[in-house]
Amino acid sequence: MHELSIVMGIIKIAEDYARVANALVIDEIELDIGTMSGIDMQSMEFAWTQATKGTKLSATIKKVNSIMAKAKCIDCETEFEIKNYYDACPVCGQHLIAIIQGKELKVKSLLVS
Amino acid sequence: MCATCGCGSDGKTTYQLIDKNENLEQTHGHHHPHEHSHKHEHGDKHDHPHTEKKIIVVEQDILHQNNLLAQRNRGFFDAKNILALNLVSSPGSGKTSLLESTLNDLKGELEFVVIEGDQQTNNDADRIAATGIKVTQINTGKGCHLDAHMVLHAIQSLKPKDNSVLFIENVGNLVCPAMFDLGEKERIVIISVTEGDDKPLKYPDMFYTSTLCIINKIDLLPYVPFDIEKVKANAKKVNHKLEIIELSCTTGQGLDIWYKWLKSKVLLPDLVY
Ligand SMILES: Nc1nc2c(ncn2[C@@H]2O[C@H](COP(=O)(O)OP(=O)(O)OP(=O)(O)O)[C@@H](O)[C@H]2O)c(=O)[nH]1
Ligand SMILES: [Mg+2]
Ligand SMILES: [Zn+2]
Ligand SMILES: [Zn+2]
Ligand SMILES: [Zn+2]
Ligand SMILES: [Zn+2]
Repeated sequence: MHELSIVMGIIKIAEDYARVANALVIDEIELDIGTMSGIDMQSMEFAWTQATKGTKLSATIKKVNSIMAKAKCIDCETEFEIKNYYDACPVCGQHLIAIIQGKELKVKSLLVS
Repeated sequence: MCATCGCGSDGKTTYQLIDKNENLEQTHGHHHPHEHSHKHEHGDKHDHPHTEKKIIVVEQDILHQNNLLAQRNRGFFDAKNILALNLVSSPGSGKTSLLESTLNDLKGELEFVVIEGDQQTNNDADRIAATGIKVTQINTGKGCHLDAHMVLHAIQSLKPKDNSVLFIENVGNLVCPAMFDLGEKERIVIISVTEGDDKPLKYPDMFYTSTLCIINKIDLLPYVPFDIEKVKANAKKVNHKLEIIELSCTTGQGLDIWYKWLKSKVLLPDLVY
């Protein structure tokens, strides 16, 4: 359940930014989470409910931009969507791929008042 | 609740240095920067000044804090020419056994220090201490992985010497430790032949982020349905750069290859510019 650590990281970032902006309420938070970031969304939801209690994020609306992972074949340079590290290039069948998108794990923005 | 340290909501991580007969226990308390630094002087009756909604652009990596601390550890290791290795595996794959063999066999040739990460007990640190090597036990409580912050505090008490090899045995868990850079030079994933040969496919993050995979307990190969070629192929599918070494801590078979790998990573002080 590293998702709990991740949620605590999000809370820290959000509360720090809100404090600097003198905001009292965090209405919304926008997150970028890649499909290969290592986050299990079900665990994340559970951790979110637990960890935000008693923080400025307890009533915050969470918007998650799920970013579909993409890889580039090292052999033939084809770019394609992947679900697993072991997915092969659809053109040449090689497993020599580099992940170019989908590892994101980021707080993008806050809506505060 | 601590935002920098561990998974456990109680966040109570303890550190214990075991150095021969000198014991020193320190519980790390956390200073939370969450308090409001300014007081709201106005009472409840008049309107609050911050009512307008506004967007704050943040664009910050959630692992940023951990990564910064990891880089700080890495800088410390580089400056002292310390080879830091992060050992990860499922519970019971043989991390501590591999360390015991390695320390006993090579302690005359290389300088070692060890950090042991477990949720509870000093059992693993006691096993390391029995080899005569200095070790700090981190107990993470509910936390299922080490993070850079914990390692930072552990090395404060360990005080590793220049040119030493630092083994960090992570909490037995093939999922959570994958995301947390500790500042190590290499990450070593260990699997044993009593686990399924589809482990690399089931837990790909750990194999993707490691540089070496050790397949342990090969003495048990005659008794278990474990296809070693298949596991190697699966591991390579996830990470084509992964090096693989097969060995047995019990019989010692293959340990020489591991020692050769280890020594190849140690930079001799007179070769460091
Ligand atoms: N047959 C056999 N057993 C082994 C070998 N290596 C370790 N073991 C046994 O496997 C069990 C677990 O080994 P440990 O070294 O404690 O494993 P670990 O990865 O440190 O375990 P945790 O710290 O609990 O995650 C012990 O009973 C060891 O004796 C091996 O090469 N062959
Ligand atoms: Mg162990
Ligand atoms: Zn986890
Ligand atoms: Zn964890
Ligand atoms: Zn291709
Ligand atoms: Zn601290």
